[in-house]
Amino acid sequence: MKKTLTMTPVKRRSLLKAGGALIINFNFQTTTFGQEQRPLAGPPDPEQIDSWIAIHQDNTATVFIGFAELGQGCSTALLQVAAEELDLSMAQIGTIGLDTHITPNQGGTYSSSAMRVGGPQIQRAAAEARQVLLQMATEQLKVDFDSLQVENGIIYSNETKTRNTSYGELIGDRQFNLAFSGNAPLKNPADYKLVATPFPRKDFPLKAKGTYRYIQHLRLPNMLHGRIVRPRGQGAYKNGVQVVDINEASIASIPGARVIRRSNFVGVVAEKEWDAVKAAQQLEIIWDQPDSLPGNENLFTQMEKGLTNERVAVEQGDVSAFNEAFVKSEFKAYGPYQAHVPFAPNCALADVKQNSALVMCSSQDIYNTRTSIANLLGMETEKVRVQFHDGAGTFGHSCWDDVAQAAALMSSMVGQPVRVQYMRWDEHGWDTYGPAHIGKTRISADRNGKLVSYEYEGWQHHWSLIETSEQTAKGTPAAEWPPFPAQQINPRTLGGMYDIPNRYLLNHHVPGLDYLKGAWLRSPVDLSFSFVSEQAIDDLAFQLGIDPWQFRQQNISEFHWLGVLNAAAKAANWQPRPAAENVSNAAIVRGRGIGVGTHLASYGGAVAEIEVNKRTGDVRILHLCGAIDAGLVVNTSNVENQIVGQLVQTASRMLLEEVTFNKTNVTSLDWASYPILRFEQCPEITPVIVQRLNEAPSGAGEEVMAAAAAAIANAFFDATGKRMTMYPFTPERVLQTLAV
Amino acid sequence: MTSLTINGVSIDVEADSDTPLLYVLTDELLLQGPRFGCGLAQCGSCSVLVDGIETRACVTPIATLKDKSITTLEGITAYYAAKSGLASIPQSTPVQDALVAEQALQCGYCYNGMIIKATELLLNNPDPSDAEIRSAMNGHLCRCGTYPKIISAIKKASLMIRVAQQGEDDTITEGLA
Repeated sequence: MKKTLTMTPVKRRSLLKAGGALIINFNFQTTTFGQEQRPLAGPPDPEQIDSWIAIHQDNTATVFIGFAELGQGCSTALLQVAAEELDLSMAQIGTIGLDTHITPNQGGTYSSSAMRVGGPQIQRAAAEARQVLLQMATEQLKVDFDSLQVENGIIYSNETKTRNTSYGELIGDRQFNLAFSGNAPLKNPADYKLVATPFPRKDFPLKAKGTYRYIQHLRLPNMLHGRIVRPRGQGAYKNGVQVVDINEASIASIPGARVIRRSNFVGVVAEKEWDAVKAAQQLEIIWDQPDSLPGNENLFTQMEKGLTNERVAVEQGDVSAFNEAFVKSEFKAYGPYQAHVPFAPNCALADVKQNSALVMCSSQDIYNTRTSIANLLGMETEKVRVQFHDGAGTFGHSCWDDVAQAAALMSSMVGQPVRVQYMRWDEHGWDTYGPAHIGKTRISADRNGKLVSYEYEGWQHHWSLIETSEQTAKGTPAAEWPPFPAQQINPRTLGGMYDIPNRYLLNHHVPGLDYLKGAWLRSPVDLSFSFVSEQAIDDLAFQLGIDPWQFRQQNISEFHWLGVLNAAAKAANWQPRPAAENVSNAAIVRGRGIGVGTHLASYGGAVAEIEVNKRTGDVRILHLCGAIDAGLVVNTSNVENQIVGQLVQTASRMLLEEVTFNKTNVTSLDWASYPILRFEQCPEITPVIVQRLNEAPSGAGEEVMAAAAAAIANAFFDATGKRMTMYPFTPERVLQTLAV
Repeated sequence: MTSLTINGVSIDVEADSDTPLLYVLTDELLLQGPRFGCGLAQCGSCSVLVDGIETRACVTPIATLKDKSITTLEGITAYYAAKSGLASIPQSTPVQDALVAEQALQCGYCYNGMIIKATELLLNNPDPSDAEIRSAMNGHLCRCGTYPKIISAIKKASLMIRVAQQGEDDTITEGLA
């Protein structure tokens, strides 16, 4: 069976030549469509049809999408939207990779924006194109506009069935040169054929075969391999890192390897990748990293005791009603720093020339990255071209901008294209982590089980604005993003689903420069919010002897919230009883819990069933049911996968994930020191979609995590009668809680 | 110079003998299946089969691979056909087909390791229990949290293999509906 061919000697260059198609510089994989290259740097005018859609002579179409495929499937779902409106089949429609010279600026791909923002924009563009094409068909076929029908891009008239034309015939590979009319009708949801179906992902067959090209696979001609060199694990953001001494001779034994340095930015390059890896590890370098971090032990004390900037996020009624209320709950709890840590560390390629730069990276926001690279290189923005190529799922702002900057810097210094691949410890140690949080709440209800008052105070720092590559290379001081709702306490998750007459939410912004770098991590800070808030809600139900599902039902009137709450309870076959009714002396006990929450839009509800080993402190999550109402769900299979992923990740974050650091630096640098959930720990997962055909898409990438975190915490109470005040639920923490 | 047998082809590689196999596969041979994930043998991103045993290419020096047969994702269909006694090489293996059929996908970067490991498992044990699947796959991480769907897909692949081997058995084919 097995054949043996001898190919000796095989040289790298000849392989490169033989496999010429492997040398990539542009959109090789996403399509056979859309070879258009627009001459000018983008973004193209969003009010022009040509900025969004090109029709080809073979009656296919290319849609220019401004959102990044991050593994969530939007590159398929947004084509469903366009194909639906244009009456094309999915085989006739394709897209190209994001590129600042070509694709429109739809903003960044975050806050579940791809379908929420992108869906309606692309639907509108497709409807405009369809209307123009039908007008052209009216003239060509000499028939009444209203008699026209379209099937797979073929335009027929009811009047003369024998005569027809097609999109390709009418405009194939020519431009529309038309602005939006603003009056193109949208298809009636009742007529949807593609939207709201589980259409199979277009990228998947390639991914299963192993022929899909991730950013990590890309190569440029005459390219060098680069690695960054930094201390293992970041220190306080404000300090960056300082080089005290470098011994460049320490890598002299590695052929072709050399040190690239600008101020405190240090990297190595080599022709062979393994040589670059070795050089980065072998380079002798002395760093100055001050011991100015609080360390895990003193983190929360320092956050709470230090100076903070206060902002009232919500104030309604009078929360002093708490004092006279029938039942009261006061609860304070803590959430750790957690890391993005994409399965593949970030990677970028850059080719910086005297007067232009090409940067290929996995940025969630290529236009923003372009600005930062242009600033770093001192080049005009229009001369920098940034392309998006997907890597592994990123779940927010991991090191993609940092590595893009590193590649651009190195390329500019060596005058050759450079590919920079972060090592595992770079990604784990230099992430912009999801910030730690302290939450304190006081809530109350009356004797009928109606909520009376809700107070919440939250402490956390903002997101980091300056990447470490820029900070070290240019000396740009560390800085936080200006205040922004998503990085502060979230009124929707913090009691926003309940009918509460008196409510007060206070945000304590902890100035972040003394801490670790921070950024948005999927459902930013929401797990910490709901961990506090929904445990307190549960406690009121417990004190009143009311089933926690029923207690929530009687305090929620908004139908979307009720819908997800009830959908999750139904999926879990929830039988009403008060919490902690079955607490026993057994060594291994089980419990179930319920919770609701979201991020900025959409609605999430979840039920958890867990098992606690009171001897060892081990917690197993047995089953998670999660329901999302995200308005119109365009691709039901994608959203089901999103719910599964959110629930598994929430289990991981609640049981295992915590960034550890001492006074000097982060110490969780790989999958051993920062474990995530594994197959054997994975619960049974039941995803539930609450479909709303007549509503706009509102986003489904992160909206059930807060609910699931709360459900897990409440299940712990149901099992043990004790409340956890910090996650993750490590055995040590569990045993401490049980001992109280 | 080290001589390696990769996907049935004998290749002389001009890399230092301490070079981990992964860098030969990705940097010299430009293969796309095995891919960098951690460089520490912790995640399974770089997995290949060495004489049929799942092995982490990122920490395996090529010097240790003389006279061994290396199979990457690129060669998995031929390997599967040979081990299963198929008359011809299929377009894809049952594991790959089942993953697509179950839409068990988010970013898909972990799929090299998942497919390599699941193929090793099913060739050794065509009818694994849920616990056996979880145990076999436990060393492979997925940051997207696709585990439940991957487990379903491996069960589906197991059914597909047994149906193919045992012919028309109604009790087995019911599960494929």
